[in-house]
Amino acid sequence: MINTETLPATDAAAAASQPASLFAALARQRVAATVLVLLTLPWILPNQSLAVNILIYGLYAAGFNLLFGYMGMLSFGHAAFLGLGSYTAGILIAHAGVAWWLAIALAIAASALLALVMGLLAIRTRGIYFAMVTLALSQCVYFLVYQFPLSGGENGLRGVNVPTIALPGLSLDLLDPTVKYYAFLVVVALTLAGLSRVLASPFGAVIEAVRENEMRTRACGFQVEHTKLMAFIMSGAICGLAGALNAIHLSSVAIESLHYETSGLVVMMCLLGGMGTFFGPFVGAALFLLIQDLFSQWTEHWQLYVGLIFMAFVLFFPKGVWGTILEKFHGR
Amino acid sequence: MAADIILSTEHLTRRFAGFTALHDVSVDFERGKLTSIIGPNGAGKSTYFNVLSGTFPPTSGSVLFEGRELAGLAQHRFSHAGVAKSFQITSVFPAFSVLENVRIALQARHGRLNFWSPRRALGLEPHAHALLDQVGLGRDAARRASELAHGQQRALEIAIALAADPALLLMDEPTAGMSPEETRAMMDLIVTLADQRTVILVEHKMKMVMSISERIVVLHHGELLAAGTPDDIRAHDEVRRVYLGKH
Repeated sequence: MINTETLPATDAAAAASQPASLFAALARQRVAATVLVLLTLPWILPNQSLAVNILIYGLYAAGFNLLFGYMGMLSFGHAAFLGLGSYTAGILIAHAGVAWWLAIALAIAASALLALVMGLLAIRTRGIYFAMVTLALSQCVYFLVYQFPLSGGENGLRGVNVPTIALPGLSLDLLDPTVKYYAFLVVVALTLAGLSRVLASPFGAVIEAVRENEMRTRACGFQVEHTKLMAFIMSGAICGLAGALNAIHLSSVAIESLHYETSGLVVMMCLLGGMGTFFGPFVGAALFLLIQDLFSQWTEHWQLYVGLIFMAFVLFFPKGVWGTILEKFHGR
Repeated sequence: MAADIILSTEHLTRRFAGFTALHDVSVDFERGKLTSIIGPNGAGKSTYFNVLSGTFPPTSGSVLFEGRELAGLAQHRFSHAGVAKSFQITSVFPAFSVLENVRIALQARHGRLNFWSPRRALGLEPHAHALLDQVGLGRDAARRASELAHGQQRALEIAIALAADPALLLMDEPTAGMSPEETRAMMDLIVTLADQRTVILVEHKMKMVMSISERIVVLHHGELLAAGTPDDIRAHDEVRRVYLGKH
């Protein structure tokens, strides 16, 4: 497991080889390093929409990773937070003409509130039961949104149009894919900075302690249930933000965003990239979407190949791409 | 004679699905003393330990710590009340550094939720280093806990328990699975710790506890068989019959 904050590299190990010290530096500047890579994405990828998707799904996976990778709880219902974020922002923008920033803020709040409710119901269960309870609750959200008159049901929600973002002294044209990408990147970067701070904080230490040894954490005097609930809410809020960005990106919301496949997707992304690592979720999102992009161009059975590649990774690189690289060069 | 009692159990009973693991156990533990709870396998030692340390509540009876009822309280409250424990099965945070294992235990006493400032801002590292020195792990602070030898992990666990600065330290078979050298080092550590605080030990290595304990409590079939000084216990006919005779 990768604990860049809790396990400082020993000086001897860092000096022993160049890659180790490079990775130690990356660990210290994990937000800057991640943002730096994300800055280059539009220039190295075949198309802009792929870059935006990696950004949004990377954020979704990063939010999920807080719970799964850092705290060790496998939720199978995170589509509910992504989807509710999308629908909240989408409905507010499409039907109520709410400003983009307020719509995003309310989407985050809605997903956080949902996480509070789901968390209260699910947090006392463990392992497979936690996964099942979160799955069941997210299915409830799916059907509630499906029935909700303003959601558009089967057809999804259309008309989530945010053509320009007006800032003081600056007007950004979101119809320009490059502008849109960098506007979103600012939001993602700020979120990652906040996430990194939380992970580096005393509270972040308790989150990882729960993963490492829940019984000992309790015996130390921590209220494990509170910690779990707080982390669940933060995770849901980040995924809600990813959902809101996705609604603005697509100018629409598909009901599939709430489907349990979307919950499974984020588990795959996290595992592919490296759970419990800061950068892993983005690696996983990029890998998954790239494979999907490449394979769907020459076969309609692309899911078969994604599945095979995923299985190969789980069997041979259980720590994911980034997790394996860190282990090899960073000595853990 | 009125001894200074730090912990007492009154008519403590614990049943599991019809099986009575502990029946009507009333014992007073004296402050500042090293007391060992012994008994053959299945005597109810572990059940007694778990009730004392708050892993689960008793079915009936009370656990009075400093005159305060602890029975039925949530696990995390035991630590705040001043009761810390080391588990029978080594229980540390494996992926954390040795230092972080103790630092996070110290953090538990800081109470307030803090998810914005860096961990270092709490300034707990010097105290954590001091605790590691105390259990003989001063040189291993930067290592990962999972890399430590078994005996070192047990020592680390004791440092974690000490981080709560407990008035009472409960230890469940602290030398289980240890080599003779590790056992000797651990016993020395326990004796040192017992100078500064009350220690209650659950152990089945009879010889070991007889030499270091000031008080002995003997359980048998879930009931209190005898309590007293090691000499009292050695002279106790019933104890000799059920326990000593088999060794």
